[in-house]
Amino acid sequence: MKKIIRLTVNNEEHQLAVEPNQTLLDMLRDQLGLTGAKKGCEMGECGACTVIMDGITVNSCLVLAMQANGKRITTIEGLETEQGLHPIQKAFIEKGAIQCGFCTSGMILSAKVLLDKNPKPTEEEIRSALSGNLCRCTGYQKIVEAVQSVSEDDVGPARQES
Amino acid sequence: MSQYNVIGTRAPRVDAPDKATGRAVFVDDMKMPGMLFGALLQSPYAHARIRGIDVSAAKRLPGVKAVVTAKEAGLVRFGVSPARYDETLFCSDKVRHVGDNVAAVAAVDLETAMEAVSLIKVDYEELPAVFTIEEALADGAPLVHEEYPRNICAEVHQEFGDVEAAFKECDLIKTSSLTSKLQNCAFLEPQACIAFYDHWGSLTLYTSTQTPHYVQRTVAMVLGLPVGKVRVVKPYTGGGFGAKASASHLELAACLLSMKAGKPVKMRFDREQVFWHGRSRHQFFHTMTTGVKKDGTILALKNECYLNGGAYCSFGIATVYYAGSLLGGPYKLPNMKYDGYRLYTNLPASGAQRGHGGVIARSCWEQQLDMIAEELGMDPIELRLKNVMTAGDVTCNDLNMSSLGMKEAIEVVRDASDWNNKKGKLPKGKGIGMACGFFVSGAGYPIYRSDTYHCTVVVKLAEDGGTAVVYTASAEIGQGSDTTFAMIAAEALGVPLEMVRVESGDTDFGVDLGAYSSRQTLMTGQATKEAAEDAKRQVLEVLSKELNIPVEDMDIKNGLVVFKNTKPDFTALRTRYQKEHRGWIDNPGAEEELSFREASRIAYLARGTIVGTGKYRPPELGGKFKGAAVGTSPAYGCSAQVAEVSVDEGTGKITVEKMVDAHDCGRAINRTSVEGQMQGSISMALGEALFEEVKFDDKGRILNADLAEYKIPTILDMPKVDARIVESNEPNGPFGAKEVGEGNIVPTIAAILNAVYDAIGVRIHELPLTPERVYLALQEYKNKSKTKS
Ligand code: FES
Ligand code: FES
Repeated sequence: MKKIIRLTVNNEEHQLAVEPNQTLLDMLRDQLGLTGAKKGCEMGECGACTVIMDGITVNSCLVLAMQANGKRITTIEGLETEQGLHPIQKAFIEKGAIQCGFCTSGMILSAKVLLDKNPKPTEEEIRSALSGNLCRCTGYQKIVEAVQSVSEDDVGPARQES
Repeated sequence: MSQYNVIGTRAPRVDAPDKATGRAVFVDDMKMPGMLFGALLQSPYAHARIRGIDVSAAKRLPGVKAVVTAKEAGLVRFGVSPARYDETLFCSDKVRHVGDNVAAVAAVDLETAMEAVSLIKVDYEELPAVFTIEEALADGAPLVHEEYPRNICAEVHQEFGDVEAAFKECDLIKTSSLTSKLQNCAFLEPQACIAFYDHWGSLTLYTSTQTPHYVQRTVAMVLGLPVGKVRVVKPYTGGGFGAKASASHLELAACLLSMKAGKPVKMRFDREQVFWHGRSRHQFFHTMTTGVKKDGTILALKNECYLNGGAYCSFGIATVYYAGSLLGGPYKLPNMKYDGYRLYTNLPASGAQRGHGGVIARSCWEQQLDMIAEELGMDPIELRLKNVMTAGDVTCNDLNMSSLGMKEAIEVVRDASDWNNKKGKLPKGKGIGMACGFFVSGAGYPIYRSDTYHCTVVVKLAEDGGTAVVYTASAEIGQGSDTTFAMIAAEALGVPLEMVRVESGDTDFGVDLGAYSSRQTLMTGQATKEAAEDAKRQVLEVLSKELNIPVEDMDIKNGLVVFKNTKPDFTALRTRYQKEHRGWIDNPGAEEELSFREASRIAYLARGTIVGTGKYRPPELGGKFKGAAVGTSPAYGCSAQVAEVSVDEGTGKITVEKMVDAHDCGRAINRTSVEGQMQGSISMALGEALFEEVKFDDKGRILNADLAEYKIPTILDMPKVDARIVESNEPNGPFGAKEVGEGNIVPTIAAILNAVYDAIGVRIHELPLTPERVYLALQEYKNKSKTKS
């Protein structure tokens, strides 16, 4: 039996009918067409499905759509504003932190939550904040460098939403 | 100042903005109208006879649109090497590993398809199975394939020079071994595809693959379609590393289901199925004996290797050859003997993985060279420098090192790691180790015997003149090949990178053997360069006629036409161009140089669409002996690495603290991408060295078919990698470029093994170096030393 839920995704309000066993990941991908969150394992092991829910990162494959009722969700598609790409997105592009791109959405969102709370993290803090996001391509070094390159000032404007 | 404008820069990747914003489309992100979902029925047994299959209940389930088994699929055999086509789309007589494919269903949604699969009744008769090399070779062992006695899938026996005679000249002869475990490529994107068969009899397959060309051929062959009616398109792909380098049952089943149901069919593996499908690095058992002179000169190597191949051959023939041939360099080695055996067992098939066939062989040998250096009282780097090859050297098995920065790479890592002050001088529990390696820049021959070009490329100039489009069937799988070809085309055409667009991964664009054997930069790069130069020549020919200037006196650079002698009056051409673009705001000003955009528009007006074509096929390579084809390449990349580790003697836990890495990639096309390949390959090797192992129970079921228990390196496991690019000028590569994607994985494991020895004084001959294994090795060593004293 489908249930109606209400939630805010990337600053837009939605009312959706979802199955009780439907994951937030499937809801985002199939019902809202937000395919930036990826299915790497569907078991909470890889972080490719990472989204931000009420300010913290979650593996959306482990969250039921119904649990997102009343929540604010930010996906990778919500980071770009009229001013352009988010500074973390720019940094990932410029520093070569993206190869196949399958981990990228999750990486960027995990980095965003970290920088929102802690704009000047140490390398250790960066590594620990991204430790739930697997990447098989990059060896992580350019990802760390990209996050490091985003300075406190750069993060400013994008920090308000979510 | 570099002589190039685009080559050698750190240009951001062309696909990065779409990937950073979630817009890049992977197969699983795609939907088509009326699309059905497919699911596979896979064997629960490692070895069983199929006595009957009853699909009637599955067919009756509402929502089911097609059910297929071997009856519908037929029994056309396929595989990777035509010499070992040993698979069929679905098993008919028996299943050979857990996860072997028996049937498939297409239904209106995935749940229905999975329910239908569960309704198919298969009558199995379980058979005794073999899982290890010993079991496979035992007298009277059950046979995985009846036509392969003793379960030997392939064997290789080669000798170059005379190893036994050479050993007689040696002052020191050393024997050691190395055992590895089954690996998984563990890319983040599980295989997925959508097949669509239309009423005109054309089949389009969107798939996550490294090799659209081979998939196209296999699909056509197995399903009996003309090759020209099968189009394979690779959208963005989330890594491959080897396991996506051949056609899979998933792809074939989706195609067949679409043909039966007349609708598009989507299928994907879940993570567990990625492991069942396997096709990653084999388990190797190497034993090597090396003979040297007192001064460290290497005279001979005897190498024996057994590979646990799993149920099918896949890439296995190439693998078993590579495990011998890739030891021919980068040291001068006059005598080499190799005996290799690949065995069939009732496990998922192994195939190719980054550094194909060469990684464990190299790890074994480089650890042994370290042992030899110690016994000779030589520094390991000194031993290597003493024997290293240089450009122009040819190995005893006929591999031609047309460029080779091996010596430079060794010197770079020696200095950058402060080796001389650290080797043997670090406190107990800390160690430093080094190793080298080299790899092909593309296999010299296609997988099927053929005189085919390895790639064809078309560069089309947009009719308005402002953009060049590169059409290539090559595969961007994350390594950055689209960017590489955009940069090569821009440089060869003489335009800024922004004026180039790459369309790739579509078999309609030509032939390209795909992303494997580290081939695309050199091979597709050469074809791209030729195509761009061809387009440029055509533009200059038209200009030559219009302006009455010889072609040789003109060039295009940075998007502008360069006149080598006097600048002609080109106002008439400009006026023509401007007339056609009346009202446009970006027309060239009167004072500006003649632009590529204008010239290429004028060329179009004179000749129609300007299309440049390029192609590449390696020249005849290598020797005439059996198996000479495996290992030959137009060029070889090489690397040297230094690892620093610390070992907790209380727990056996190893931490890799730092890696210094130097790789000779010829001329670096994109420096950031080269470093990315170096750092990425080190992370894969580090996982293989320290913890990666696919484990099985005694029924051949995988115990850790997931990313929690099959642990790949996280960001916390990775040390800082100091990546140093060593450039050489490869005569056979585009702008002097050669490979980096695979060669750089080759030395890492041995560098870590040697560093661990430096830290704790114990040699370990089995991978991975789990805390338990290291701890036990330490205990054994301590007990031994106690009984001695
Ligand atoms: S798909 Fe959710 S953690 Fe892997
Ligand atoms: S870029 Fe491929 S998994 Fe991270």
